[in-house]
Amino acid sequence: MMLIPCPFCGKRNESEFIFGGPVGADRPDPNAASDAEWVEYLTVVPNPLGPVQERWWHARGCGEWVTIWRDTRTHDIVRAPDGPK
Amino acid sequence: MAQSNRLAAGGRIDRSRPLTFRFNGKPYQGYDGDTLASALLANGVRVTARSFKYHRPRGIVGHGPEEPATLVELDGEDASGNRPATTVPLREGLSARSVNCWPSPEFDLGGINQLFSRFIPAGFYYKTFKWPNWHLFEPSIRKAAGLAAAPKYAPSCGYFEARHAHTDVLIAGAGPAGLLAALEAGRAGKRVFLADEGPEAGGGLLNRNLTIKGQPAMNWVADAVAELQGMANVTHLQNATVWAYREHNMLIVNQRMPEQNSLLERSWRIRAAEVVLATGATERAMVFADNDRPGIMLATSLQAYVNHWGVLPGQQVVLFTNNNSAYPVAADLAGAGALVVAILDSRVHVPDAAMKLVPDIPVHAGTVVAGVKGHKQVRAVRAVPLGGGAGAWITCDLLGHSGGWNPTVHLWSQSRSSLKFDETLAAFVPDSAAQRCRAVGAAAGNLTLDQIIEGGEDLPYAIDPLWRVEIADQKGKAFLDIQNDVTVSDVYLALREGYDNVEHVKRYTTGGMGLDQGKTGNINIIGTVAMQKGISLQDVGTTTFRSPYTPVSFGAIGGLREETVLFPYRHTPVTQWNKDNGAVMYEAGARWRRPGYFPKPGEGLQEAVNRECRAVREGVGVYDGSPLGTFELKGRDVPKFLDFLYSNVMSSLKPGDGRYGLMLSDDGLILDDGVAFRLDEHRWLISTSTGHADAVNQHMKKLLQTEFPGWQVMITTVTSQWNNATICGPRARDVMQALGTDINLSPKAFPFMSFRDGTVAGLPARVVRVSFTGELSFEVNVAPRHMATLWDKVMEAGEPFGILPVGSEASHVLRVEKGFLSLGHEVDGTVDAYDLGMGWAMSQKKPDYLGKRSVQLRRQSGHPRRALVGVLPEDPNRQIPEGAPLTPGGRREATEGLITACVWSVMNDRWVGLALLENGHARQGETAHVRLKDGVIPVRVTKPVFHDPDGKLLRS
Repeated sequence: MMLIPCPFCGKRNESEFIFGGPVGADRPDPNAASDAEWVEYLTVVPNPLGPVQERWWHARGCGEWVTIWRDTRTHDIVRAPDGPK
Repeated sequence: MAQSNRLAAGGRIDRSRPLTFRFNGKPYQGYDGDTLASALLANGVRVTARSFKYHRPRGIVGHGPEEPATLVELDGEDASGNRPATTVPLREGLSARSVNCWPSPEFDLGGINQLFSRFIPAGFYYKTFKWPNWHLFEPSIRKAAGLAAAPKYAPSCGYFEARHAHTDVLIAGAGPAGLLAALEAGRAGKRVFLADEGPEAGGGLLNRNLTIKGQPAMNWVADAVAELQGMANVTHLQNATVWAYREHNMLIVNQRMPEQNSLLERSWRIRAAEVVLATGATERAMVFADNDRPGIMLATSLQAYVNHWGVLPGQQVVLFTNNNSAYPVAADLAGAGALVVAILDSRVHVPDAAMKLVPDIPVHAGTVVAGVKGHKQVRAVRAVPLGGGAGAWITCDLLGHSGGWNPTVHLWSQSRSSLKFDETLAAFVPDSAAQRCRAVGAAAGNLTLDQIIEGGEDLPYAIDPLWRVEIADQKGKAFLDIQNDVTVSDVYLALREGYDNVEHVKRYTTGGMGLDQGKTGNINIIGTVAMQKGISLQDVGTTTFRSPYTPVSFGAIGGLREETVLFPYRHTPVTQWNKDNGAVMYEAGARWRRPGYFPKPGEGLQEAVNRECRAVREGVGVYDGSPLGTFELKGRDVPKFLDFLYSNVMSSLKPGDGRYGLMLSDDGLILDDGVAFRLDEHRWLISTSTGHADAVNQHMKKLLQTEFPGWQVMITTVTSQWNNATICGPRARDVMQALGTDINLSPKAFPFMSFRDGTVAGLPARVVRVSFTGELSFEVNVAPRHMATLWDKVMEAGEPFGILPVGSEASHVLRVEKGFLSLGHEVDGTVDAYDLGMGWAMSQKKPDYLGKRSVQLRRQSGHPRRALVGVLPEDPNRQIPEGAPLTPGGRREATEGLITACVWSVMNDRWVGLALLENGHARQGETAHVRLKDGVIPVRVTKPVFHDPDGKLLRS
């Protein structure tokens, strides 16, 4: 079970969080994007072997969303927002 | 009862405390401190099990968690299955049975499988039982291959619990290396957590006669334990197995509590800054023909039974080894009075240091065992020179074998740390650490005491690996995995058939699976594969080590989290009233307990539901709508936010007004539906369906925090801040007036889709005009502390009008009659607003909102879509099961839709239904066909509304 650094609560067990998925591309302007671009935005999710930016919801804690970088090979959290250590 | 194999003295058992136990129905006696295995050996019980597949007779092989052969099922209060007999502590009244035999391991009917064994090699089941499909055969095969069944009853007393802990250093294993690490960290003032799987600290020292600085090594252990006990910063647990090593240095420890009746087991989840793995080493088996006969045991296990439990399992012993560790075994056995007939050593040169330990025992260097006489008991072994030859039969009643030692790297490997094959030790040893952990002692490859502790005296380790005995005329099965009956020829078969990756070999042969996870045999499988392929063991590699290291009971994993403790029900203040009034309680999504219906004595479901529906349609009914998800949104940017969140325009609402709307996800599917009210300029109230409240909350917060962090919107969950009684039906206004209110109830002053604050029945209330039934409705919201009072007053005021409480069954009927949506019924993750006839909810004016582009894109494709329609079965008394498929003409073809709901409509006096039907909007008036297994039901396609199609009543 991972230990996820919440900038408000400190390091907390993964079981307090709900996974919010990897952070994909920014939402394109739906009135300007081509069909292909729109479909890609909706369906292509980053899935690298290595660091990935992803979101976790501290549902059983402060209720805030946290964005971290996690290495999918090691589960190391390689970058996290500042907060209490 | 005689314990014929018990030594007169010695061992760490309490001879003053004899214990009586039963094994396969027969009574025996052992002592406090025994395991079931040591007590059985003390009583001379040789055949203790039958094997998994061939039902061969088996005895006890090891002395700890590595035991591959003897699994038992415990009865009575201990009820549990598949326990290695070597890990079951003996206690008074224990009753155990062998798992895989009937009627007994001595006489087992399944033993007939041995005759057919050449027809059931590895992969036999995959290849044979595939027509028509495996599931036809599975139940009987599972039974024949049986392990123990799950106990029928939970323990009558006692519970499991979980505990979380943080520590500076977690040490797995309290052998010499673990104790040393604990002393070092403890003295340095660190928080130390030391856990060991056995009942007593000492690890391998418990089983051997070693000295440290001239004193018995166990004296040093006792001193170390005493010093640790004196340190407040050290937690030292025995009977506590570290069984899982997870991410970020979290480890799970299963502590058995033999001294307590109330607490059976405790599961520790420990987060450690540093982990020290002092998990020791496991002896591995030798592979030769019939190496599974009862009386053939691991060499060091023999030594353990003598030294630890005061049991000498046989009188005439032969030892077979490829390394030095069998020599101290021979010395200890001889010292205990056994006749060690010979040591057969596959090495051509035996080190002098080893020879010196056994001056009086014949040692045959360069010799292997290539056959065994005896079926239920070893009677003789065939000693053959390594290069082959006739050899000679040596009579014995016990054969101890040692194939060398594997550092116990399970936890190391679970942590994703890497292994390397050490040629000198002929074993996989820890290489580089992936988390903050280190291996020490035997687990790190330091197999002898002198390497671990200063002043420790031990015979240096030396090995010349022998992965299997290869003698051409060897007859009989040579087992690599005794628990799963996997032989050398099974591995050859797997390789021949192309399963040559070690993970494939494991899955094809099942070698290394099972409860022991191949602790004694896996390395021989790897060695056999390496030899056959002509590559090194390093290149073959190991299979992945996974948790648990040893079996863990489900109870320990669950802890106290069971049933409603795991996932508690949510109640409204009316639950008790509902129960008192005979409600049949349902779960209404998100664990809310709601009344399903209120049957009168002798009344069935349908009669009760009809009565409740008629009350709402013709008089008045009331239901408790509290579980509906409710959120208050506040802030300057709420209008902008709601316009993005909902498909329709919300920002144009005036304070006091509300609107029904759809929430879409950005892929164009319907996430939820509900109403939004504008309380004042900057405050809004939105409601969601009961089951989706949490999901909608998450959705909104994610948007605000990740997409629009600058927007000023505060969300407060107010679901449980408000409770409501929803009074519905043509007489609802009369009931409201009878209750007494300062709110003007006239339709003009208080129209549909608006709310008013005021008092109702003397209680401060917010009254909302929404309707989920299609009738005139007043949703009277009060604070939870007033809810019970309100409810009583509503029932009292409504009595003259024949008011009835309405359960969720009737609510379902009423909404189907009106064609109102239900998520999970009509909204199933494929439909969009247009399919539901709600295109009006899709704003054309707003340039962007969630889902808009995706709905457009999907509809551009021109694929036929399924639309919401009403269906009337041609036979009005024919009910259609919900979910039933519609097919073209009722023929056996691909479906063109499904029935989403079907209810008895009291207003129409017939069954009516809703369905999603391909091109449904264009097919009204036509006949469609429901196809069931037992026939076809023709239905007339209609608009999806069966009552008050213009909505006059709900606006009245």
